[in-house]
Amino acid sequence: MIEIEKKAAESARLLDVKHLRTSFFTNDGEVKAVDDISYYINKQEVIALVGESGCGKSVSQLSVMQLIQEPPGKIIGGEIILNGQNLLEYSPKSKEIRKIRGAKISMIFQEPMTSLNPVYTIGSQLSEVIRVHMRVGKKEAWGRGIKTLESVGISDVDKRMKNFPFELSGGMRQRVMIATSVACHSDLIIADELTTALDVTTQAQVMDLLLSVVKELGTALLVVTHNLGLVTRYAERIYVMYAGKIIESGTTEDILTCPMHPYTIGLLKSIPRLDVEQAKKLDPIAGDPPNLIDLPPRCTFLPRCQYAHEECRLKPFPDLRCVGQSQHCVACHLDLRSIKNG
Amino acid sequence: MDNVNIKEKPLLEVQNLKMFFPLIKGLFAKKYADIKAVNGISFSIKKGETFGLVGESGCGKTTTGMCIVRVYKPTTGNIFYQGKDIANLSEEELRPYRRNIQLIFQDPYGSLDPRQTVFSIIKEAITADRRPRTKVEIKERFEELMTTVELDPKMGDRLPHEMSGGQRQRLGIARALVCSPNLIVCDEPVSALDVSIQAQIINLFEQLQEEFSLTYLFIAHDLAVVRHISNNIGVMYLGKLVEVTSANELYSHPLHPYTKALLSAVPIPDYYTEQKRLQIVLEGEVPSHINVPPGCPFHPRCRYATAVCKKIMPELKNVSDNRSVACHNV
Repeated sequence: MIEIEKKAAESARLLDVKHLRTSFFTNDGEVKAVDDISYYINKQEVIALVGESGCGKSVSQLSVMQLIQEPPGKIIGGEIILNGQNLLEYSPKSKEIRKIRGAKISMIFQEPMTSLNPVYTIGSQLSEVIRVHMRVGKKEAWGRGIKTLESVGISDVDKRMKNFPFELSGGMRQRVMIATSVACHSDLIIADELTTALDVTTQAQVMDLLLSVVKELGTALLVVTHNLGLVTRYAERIYVMYAGKIIESGTTEDILTCPMHPYTIGLLKSIPRLDVEQAKKLDPIAGDPPNLIDLPPRCTFLPRCQYAHEECRLKPFPDLRCVGQSQHCVACHLDLRSIKNG
Repeated sequence: MDNVNIKEKPLLEVQNLKMFFPLIKGLFAKKYADIKAVNGISFSIKKGETFGLVGESGCGKTTTGMCIVRVYKPTTGNIFYQGKDIANLSEEELRPYRRNIQLIFQDPYGSLDPRQTVFSIIKEAITADRRPRTKVEIKERFEELMTTVELDPKMGDRLPHEMSGGQRQRLGIARALVCSPNLIVCDEPVSALDVSIQAQIINLFEQLQEEFSLTYLFIAHDLAVVRHISNNIGVMYLGKLVEVTSANELYSHPLHPYTKALLSAVPIPDYYTEQKRLQIVLEGEVPSHINVPPGCPFHPRCRYATAVCKKIMPELKNVSDNRSVACHNV
C-alpha cells in the first residue's frame, strides 16, 4: 500500500529540488547563499517561498532556472529534478536547458521595467517567446500574442502590442510579464516578488489574475515573497527560508496557526496587523540577519533567538524534522510545543 | 493652564493646500497643463499625535509632506505651524522654523552621503546653526543621539555602506532629532526595510514620541503600519483627501468606497481571518493627474457611482465627530 501511495506521490511531482547548494565566491570569502535546501512542488500546486532580503530565496530560484552568473556564483551541489529529469546534468548554456527555460519553467521578476527590453515593443517581445519555444511563424506568433494579452485582461490589444514598455503603467507591465510567462503553457511559473513594486489595489488585481490564469491552464505556481499576508491568501504550502536554509515548511494553515520555528514565530509577531487594535506593542526580532560569509556550523538563528538553549550552541545546524502532521517540518533543536504549553 | 491651551490648539494645521506642477512645451516654455499633485487638502495634527497619510503611489502624499517642510512652495493654501502661516514665508523668514520641522526619508541609503562617516553626518547637523561649540560638546551630543536611537556610539567612524538597512534608518532618525524638532515628517520611513527590522524601527518611533513628545506626519502606503502608529488617518486619492478619521474608526467602519477597497486589498497574515474575508478588487487604474475625471475623481472605478458622482465633486464633509468623508452616497 505504502509503495503505491509513494508512486502516486511521485507521479504528481513536478519539480523536486534536493540538497541544492549555490555559493558566490567573492574576495571576502564564500557566500553560501543557498545552503542545502530541498523542496518539491506538485503539478497544479501553488506554493510559496518566504524570507527576508538576502535569505537566498531568489538565488534558489535563479539556480533552478540556471541563471546564476558564473563566476562569481556556482551551483555546487544537489539535484533539480523536473518531470524526472535532472536539470543539473546539463550546462547552463546547453540546448536542453534553453528548451526548458521559458517553455517548461518560466519566471516573472519583481521589476518588469528591467526585465522587459526598453527598445522593443511589447508585441515583438511577446511573439519572440512564442516563436522560439513553440516553433511557429511570425504571423502566427503575433496572433497568439494578441490572444495571450487578451487573456491577462489588457484592453485595446492591437494598440498595446505596438507600445513600448515605458508607455505602460506598472500594473500593466506586470500583466505583460504574466502574459509572456503563460504564453508557452509552461508547467511551472516562478513569480519572484511579483507584486512588491505595486500598490495594494494593483497587487490584488495582479495576484487574482495570475491565480485565475494558472488555475485555467493547470500550471503550478511558486511565489517567492517576503509578504506573509500575500502568502496567507494565495498559497497552499509554505517554505520559510533564513540565511540560505529552509527552516520551516508545511501547509499554510500549519505555518500560520501553529508556527514552530522561533524565526517564523518572531516574523508573525513583528508584522503590524490591520485587524488588531493599535494598543499592542510590536514584538520585533532583535538584531540583524547574519552575514552569509563564514557562518558558524551552528543554528544560524541562534544569536537572535529568544528561546536559545545551551544545546543549540553545541550542536551543529539542526536538520529539518517533521512534527505532528507529516507535512509540517521544522529545523530547530527545541520542541517549542512543550515550551509554549508551559 | 498654558499647557491645556497648547494641547487644544493643533500644532499643525493645513488649509486648502494646493500644489500644481506646470507642464511646459515649446520654445517659449508655454504652460499647457498642470499636474495637480495636491488639489486642495485640509487637516490638522495636535501636539504629540501622529497623523497618517495613506494612498497609492502618485496620490500626492509625498508632495504634501514636501510642502509642509517647505521643500516646495505651495501654489495656494495655508500651512499654520503653531498658529503662524509658513506657506508663503521666504527662505530667510523660514530659518527659525526649519529646526522645528524635520524630515525622515524612505531610502536611508540615498539620503546619507556615502563618503561621510556617521560622526561627520551627525556633526554637520549639530553645527548647522553656526553657534560656537567645543569639540567635547559636539562629541557628547553625538553620543547622546546615538544612544537615543539605540546605535553604538563607537560606530562613529563607519561609512553608510558598512551599516545594515535598519542601522542606516536609525542614523537618519538621529539626524532628524539633532535640533530637537517638534514635528517630524516621516516619508515612507519603514517601507524599504525587512519585516523584522521594520518592527524595531516602528517601536523606536513610538518610544521617541513618548520621550520627546514628538508629533509625526506619517506618510506610508502600508495600511497596517499606518494603523499601528497613527491616531488619525487621512486617505488620499488623486490629490484629494477622501476620508479622515481616527485609526480605529477607519479600520472598523470605513465609509468611503475607496477606503473599503484599499483595506480589503491588504492581505492579513492570519489564516482563519483571511479565509473569511471578502475582497473587493478595484477595476481599472488610477487616472492621470492631467486629465482628472470630472465630478468625483474615484467615480470611474467606484461601483456605487451614480449620475451625481459623474458631475459634482463631493466635498470633504463632517459626518460625525472627528470624521469626514468626501462621498455623495454616505
